[in-house]
Amino acid sequence: MSSESLLHTPLFSLHTDLGARMVPFAGYAMPLQYAEGIMAEHRHTRTQAGLFDVSHMGQVRVRARSGAVRDAALALEQLVPADIAGLASGRQRYTQFTNERGGILDDLMVTRLENELLIVINAACKAGDIAHMRAHLSESCTLDVLEDRALLALQGPLAGQVLAALAPAVQDMLFMDVRALDIAGAACVVSRSGYTGEDGFEISVPAAQAEALARTLLAQPGVAPIGLGARDSLRLEAGLCLYGADIDETTTPVEAALEWSIQKSRRAGGARAGGFPGAEIILAQLSEGTIRRRVGLLPEGRAPVRGGAGLFADATLASPVGSVTSGGFGPTVDAPVAMGYVSTALAQPGQAVAAELRGRAVACTVQALPFVPAGFRRVAA
Amino acid sequence: MSLYFTKEHEWLRVEGDSAVVGITRHAASELGELVFAEARPAGTVVKAGETAAVVESVKAASDIYAPVDGEVLDGNPAVADDAPASVTTPKAKAGFSASA
Repeated sequence: MSSESLLHTPLFSLHTDLGARMVPFAGYAMPLQYAEGIMAEHRHTRTQAGLFDVSHMGQVRVRARSGAVRDAALALEQLVPADIAGLASGRQRYTQFTNERGGILDDLMVTRLENELLIVINAACKAGDIAHMRAHLSESCTLDVLEDRALLALQGPLAGQVLAALAPAVQDMLFMDVRALDIAGAACVVSRSGYTGEDGFEISVPAAQAEALARTLLAQPGVAPIGLGARDSLRLEAGLCLYGADIDETTTPVEAALEWSIQKSRRAGGARAGGFPGAEIILAQLSEGTIRRRVGLLPEGRAPVRGGAGLFADATLASPVGSVTSGGFGPTVDAPVAMGYVSTALAQPGQAVAAELRGRAVACTVQALPFVPAGFRRVAA
Repeated sequence: MSLYFTKEHEWLRVEGDSAVVGITRHAASELGELVFAEARPAGTVVKAGETAAVVESVKAASDIYAPVDGEVLDGNPAVADDAPASVTTPKAKAGFSASA
């Protein structure tokens, strides 16, 4: 795609003002990094607070034609394996759109508010997800794609105090809480969640006020702009899946070690068991297990092992056991880190496997995820 | 001693019947901070345009092409063993020697 045809987020001119290196990503011109570079941006987010533009992601509002948000939740449950009807107002949950084979069409965040659901979907899957939802939900729900809203993420151990200085109400929010809040004069919807493994927020803000809010946040002590490069290394260290790499239409939530996102009510014997695409396969996998499983991998030495590398039982590279789906250098771990799928028999932490790198074997150890402990604010301070 | 540059932003410094090959400051800057680099094993015979070494940034691995036919004599061991920060110094550190 030529740079002329790339879409711009409401923060495009801010990125260029800040000296970002812009790259095409899912049809958008997005900042890969700023002047400090990926390593420094990564470390800044882990130790202070980073501001990310994630406006390329899709924001969709779902309302039930009946007016009852529970009806919208029940309708959405036809497409995802998570418990949405049981989600409390002001709470958010991670889930996946599944296909008939139990594979993953996209992963998403669902927020329940008083009268509606808010959904955040991946930029590259936006068109497909919206068509999928329209096809299955239109009878009972109305869908509004919120093109007029930007999405900012403020992530890192200082995120709580930074945002509290502008909106004191965030002090009472815990991980996965969502509130409608006024921040510096903008009517925002704020969730205490993110994609870095750190405490932090995602802030949905009217597009017209996004740049002013971003500049206000960047003016707070400890806040720096962070690009997509560090976003990827942060989420990899946090053990979080990247759609299209670690999960896709051929991987099920159980193979991907995401069963924690399938609540009891949707499992066999639950109040609303199954009822989503591929439920038969996914529920069977929940009780019987899977042939392969997503794991963390720590390669020996300094050479990054990247997505696509084959995994083998040992250094002879004779017996394939899986493949790497994401890998790179982890600046906080200060070593290469990777994720991939291996035969379930080899999925225990401490298991030795070998990755093929430029024709030779690199010893890897299966490692429990995340690589870096999560900083989520799960309980009140 | 002569210094040559390729269109792929490698440089070649001829020293008698061998040469030191590296990447330009521009290439290093485009790649971003390097976290790993290694030449192909000593003794590997490479033709011009073939991969002679690899450098890795946080984001990606990039091949360094042999600017001329030759044999890899040695990699700069400091490049492979150094902490990432010291590998980011462009030019001199990302080199390897080849017989020209």
